[in-house]
Amino acid sequence: MSINATPAGADVTTEETAARTGRHAAVPAQRASRRRAPLSENKRAERRLGWLLCAPAALVMLLVTAYPILYSVWLSMQRFDLRFPDQREFIGLENYVTVLTNEFWWTAFGVTMLITVVTVAVELVLGMGLALVMHRTLVGRGIVRTAALIPYGIVTVVAAFSWRYAWTPGTGYLANLFDGSAPLTERASSLAIIMLAEIWKTTPFMALLLMAGLALVPDDLLKAASTDGATAWQRFTKVMLPVMKPAILVALLFRTLDAFRVFDNIYILTSGANETSSVSMIAYNNLIRGLNLGIGSTMSVLIFITVAIIAFVFVKLFGTAAPGSDDGERR
Amino acid sequence: MADTTTKAKLRWGLLDVIVVVFALIPVLWIASLSFKTPATLTDGKFIPREWTLDNYRTIFQTDQFVRALVNSIGIALIATLVAVVLGAMAAYAISRLDFPGKRLLVGVSLLIAMFPQVSLVSPLFEIERQLGLFDTWPGLILPYITFALPLAIYTLSAFFKQIPWDLEKAAKMDGATQGQAFRRVIAPLAAPGLFTTAILVFIFCWNDFLFAITLTSTERARTVPVALSFFTGESQFEDPTGAICAAAVVITIPIILFVLFFQRRIVSGLTSGAVKG
Repeated sequence: MSINATPAGADVTTEETAARTGRHAAVPAQRASRRRAPLSENKRAERRLGWLLCAPAALVMLLVTAYPILYSVWLSMQRFDLRFPDQREFIGLENYVTVLTNEFWWTAFGVTMLITVVTVAVELVLGMGLALVMHRTLVGRGIVRTAALIPYGIVTVVAAFSWRYAWTPGTGYLANLFDGSAPLTERASSLAIIMLAEIWKTTPFMALLLMAGLALVPDDLLKAASTDGATAWQRFTKVMLPVMKPAILVALLFRTLDAFRVFDNIYILTSGANETSSVSMIAYNNLIRGLNLGIGSTMSVLIFITVAIIAFVFVKLFGTAAPGSDDGERR
Repeated sequence: MADTTTKAKLRWGLLDVIVVVFALIPVLWIASLSFKTPATLTDGKFIPREWTLDNYRTIFQTDQFVRALVNSIGIALIATLVAVVLGAMAAYAISRLDFPGKRLLVGVSLLIAMFPQVSLVSPLFEIERQLGLFDTWPGLILPYITFALPLAIYTLSAFFKQIPWDLEKAAKMDGATQGQAFRRVIAPLAAPGLFTTAILVFIFCWNDFLFAITLTSTERARTVPVALSFFTGESQFEDPTGAICAAAVVITIPIILFVLFFQRRIVSGLTSGAVKG
């Protein structure tokens, strides 16, 4: 079941609502017959309980995301600087022009894209390796899995401080390996360290998602391939990868969207110095340091749109299947 | 034959060692820094030459850290509790009941799992200021619950599908209502799944930095990750490195404990909830 079941699911709901109010004529026969029969008391109680149980979760999720994002669109069309609240006024799309013609925004956008592409690519390779080790190792499986969970669980800020001090001249064991230079004061090396920190932190998560895919590969299939004389590499590319494709796409989608949000590591490692800001970082700076709600909200909306486009590309072009979206079908 | 097995074991063993070292070095490094004396802090050695617990004594004497620790624990626990309860209700409905709008709910939670959190920062900042939620516990608990819910719903529905539901039927046969069947029969069976989900949600809340730094401004609700980033020494001339590292180690301890004791559960929770083909 693919992710585009979501709109389909929505259709079903509206369809059913329409059918209930009697405006919908062309309902499939079986569906219609089910509806024409009056709902039994049990069935109605089940529906009520279903709605009742889901309502709190749905309500919280919508109140804290849907409403603010709409409010954010409204804010983004205003001149709204908290330092000059008197000048608040509706200015249409002017903020968007300001942001989209600003070189800092595009630099940050480029940095974010670079970090996203590089880290996700490296993580896919390393994560696949780690997944294979965690899944197939003959010795110490528990130890490997436990160790791999530490980067996943550790607070990103803590890990970021560890990397920062490691690369601080004098203090750090890593900086001293490279004759005491200060890599966090230069752009290229700063970006490299940010990516290193990101990769260290999130490779285990990628590996866990991939491991779930590995578990779907039937052992018989691998044995059969092996008997037929397939090499390890052939078994990997011809047997494992095709079976794992849905899992790989889901892992890529989740990690890409997650990588695009990069913030914690940059904040601690460089605070965005030397043009290492991500889009999240400059949105934060405009809001909290600049107190400019209008511009901050404009960036929020632009980031939201970018993420939506990335998700759309994954789903439409690659046909990424959404995890758990088959839930609706299993009745 | 025995020879190749030994060789294979050695090869896997070597890979295991690489993974373990790669995963542990940054953690050991920050722990090492936290035990160094101010004099040896900048010697660049991976293992401290002189050991001290002074950094830990210092942070537990500062209000800044202790308040933040209380905030972190309180906020994460409350958010976890609420998210797991709401998530369990929704997951039960999703995995067991037939009602219109089910797929919509699954779709919405999927969208929220992919939502860029930074997009909420500006509007939430303004909304919470107006509602008086800014810089309070509920002001952080609300977004945490929201973003933890998709995780909770997916993981729990996966767990709920493995429960022997015939028991529920049997209970209903004996005259229990659907609600009673849920509370008396299914909830105890679901406890391990609930516990695993609680761990995952707690880790998520414990980890957050973006919401914590934008939606707080004082020690009232500031959590440890944010407090860390504001740490300065006792005086202007004191280097906060030792104190930061000690505080970092303190908030890493619960994570290490979870991972050590519940590795199996965490792995199964993450993999079962995430991908089902």
